[in-house]
Amino acid sequence: MTHRTPASRTLKVDALPRVEGEGAMYVEIRDGAVHDVQLRIYEPPRFFEGFLRGRSYTEPPDITARICGICPVAYQMSACLAIEDACGVTVDERITALRRLIYCGEWIESHALHVYLLHAPDFLGYESAVAMAEDHRAEVQRGLALKKAGNDLIEVVGGRAIHPVNVRVGGFYRAPTRGELAPIAEQLRGARDAALETVAWVAGFEFPDFDHAHELVALREPGGRYPMLGGRLVSDRGLDIAPSEFLVHVVEEHVERSTALHAHLIERGNYLVGPLARYSLNFDRLAPLARDAARSAGLGEVCRNPFRSIIVRAVEIVQACDEALSIIAEYAPPDPPATPAPARAGTGAGWSEAPRGTLWHRYQLDTSGTILDAKIVPPTSQNQATIEHDLFHLVEHLIDADDDELRRRCEQAIRNYDPCISCATHFLDMRVERS
Amino acid sequence: MSPDDRAPRRPRLGVWKFASCDGCQLTLLDCEDELLAVAGAVDLAYFLEAGAADVTGVFDVSLVEGSITTAHDIERIRQIRAASRTLVTIGACATSGGIQALRNFADVEEYLGIVYATPQFVSTLSTSTGIAEHVPVDFELRGCPISKAQLLEVITAFLHGRRPAVSPHSVCVECKARGNVCVMVAHGTPCLGPVTHAGCNALCPSYHRGCYGCYGPAESPNAPALTAQLRELGVADLDLVRMLRTFNAAAPAFRAESEELTS
Repeated sequence: MTHRTPASRTLKVDALPRVEGEGAMYVEIRDGAVHDVQLRIYEPPRFFEGFLRGRSYTEPPDITARICGICPVAYQMSACLAIEDACGVTVDERITALRRLIYCGEWIESHALHVYLLHAPDFLGYESAVAMAEDHRAEVQRGLALKKAGNDLIEVVGGRAIHPVNVRVGGFYRAPTRGELAPIAEQLRGARDAALETVAWVAGFEFPDFDHAHELVALREPGGRYPMLGGRLVSDRGLDIAPSEFLVHVVEEHVERSTALHAHLIERGNYLVGPLARYSLNFDRLAPLARDAARSAGLGEVCRNPFRSIIVRAVEIVQACDEALSIIAEYAPPDPPATPAPARAGTGAGWSEAPRGTLWHRYQLDTSGTILDAKIVPPTSQNQATIEHDLFHLVEHLIDADDDELRRRCEQAIRNYDPCISCATHFLDMRVERS
Repeated sequence: MSPDDRAPRRPRLGVWKFASCDGCQLTLLDCEDELLAVAGAVDLAYFLEAGAADVTGVFDVSLVEGSITTAHDIERIRQIRAASRTLVTIGACATSGGIQALRNFADVEEYLGIVYATPQFVSTLSTSTGIAEHVPVDFELRGCPISKAQLLEVITAFLHGRRPAVSPHSVCVECKARGNVCVMVAHGTPCLGPVTHAGCNALCPSYHRGCYGCYGPAESPNAPALTAQLRELGVADLDLVRMLRTFNAAAPAFRAESEELTS
């Protein structure tokens, strides 16, 4: 018996589950060919760039954290770097170390959430992590323990895991003592082992052959570190720019189906930010433990299969645990905890690597430090065109699959990018139409 | 009769999202030590971020995150209310409109033009409002974000048919209980603690900064007395207005005082 699917159909998923925020998918197949694929972001706009005007230059770390409950530290760090650029301030190296430490916590927490609770159920055939826990309880508990280690690290440095209170322009309100960091180091040693087990676990999943040729874009830091805070934005095709040059090379488009803006490289088209790009452009910067874990999981020095991003995220959890332990081992509290950053008129730009990709901020200040203009480009806006590109080709491969299979694989492909819809709205409801 | 038929029905829980950052519903997923126990005790019927998407039937407890910012939101919250025995709002957005309620003090058309090249593609209301302005709410849990311990207390309380034990006093009480030195008295640091609802365990003062009011107004706040004191510390009126207009700008006590200062 052969199973036949209609030559023309429409598939719609009106509210995508297991993504951060609200989005939808729309796929239209006409006469056996893919006609249209859209990742729709319908989450209502919140106008952060609008109400930042008139605020004080000291406020964006607290205000922009509220763009995203999953990656508030990323917003705080990019905001601080941009404002410090405007003020002409470079912070003490010990403050940078403490910033990397709290950011490691966010990478661990966000990646563990995505690997275990959002993405793994796709590979093992479950609707949710709760359903997956009935058969894979030990693995889910390992994931929750990893996530907790990341959150606990953010809490000890930042005060709380969501919207930390301790970050300010110039550094921190209070530097944690060595004694406060000691218990978290013990927890992180366990987490680093759990992260290595995670790499081995996800490496055993089945991955479709699906390599893409998107331009890979990520930060490259001076000083030999894996990218996280500042540096230059580079690509595998020769892009190499400073934060102030971002909008010279990237254009944002407002399309009708989305309250997120689509970003493109001028005259080059769509591109990819996030773990795959970061890893492929900075393999040489990984700690030996993370590099060995990647090799044993069968990853090359460059990874272009978005379905394998789950392995790269696991490798980055190893990296973040390892770096956090190194920072704690060498930690001396910065004194003072913040470098003074008096206001001055000017424009400053800064960026950092959020768990899901590069996050750029720019602020224009007057002499009193009042914000005249604010501009923020989150990673999901930069990846949205690339996600749609992948979906288009995936649907071409799966043109004969039934609607359930098509929906399942398309949702999985969207989750490959860990899109954050809350961030991108200033995202997603899947629909497939076959006419 | 199978054993399943004799087992008591697990209460159905729904987690709903309106305009927000996802942080308050993430707080439930951040209960790492308790999550699998909670998932065992209740039927997590609708919680999209966790992969549960059954919108049919009645919900024993609905947790609502986010504020109302579109005409469609108003329809949706009415449907959720009608399908819910108990409706609890979680966080500053759902309680007072959140940071996005700053539009209530501005011209939303101008905001649209700043953020979007083609404003006519975007549909939005000119205000961001809390859930209780649209439907009856059984309990409001404060915070930007909410506290994990208070969330677990609220879920436990409603599943057992009692009121949650969440005190409405100010952050000052928590500071005293924690043994903090008062940052305002000792260091002259401007602090909203005297008028702000407890629940964070006096986090900011414990990190040597003043409270910035993310839990919204405490019970019976005396905002004019506090702003008078802050003026004595040398805080300019423009900065006082900024202090009151952050994550709970549209909460009545904070709104009234900021409007008094700008009138």
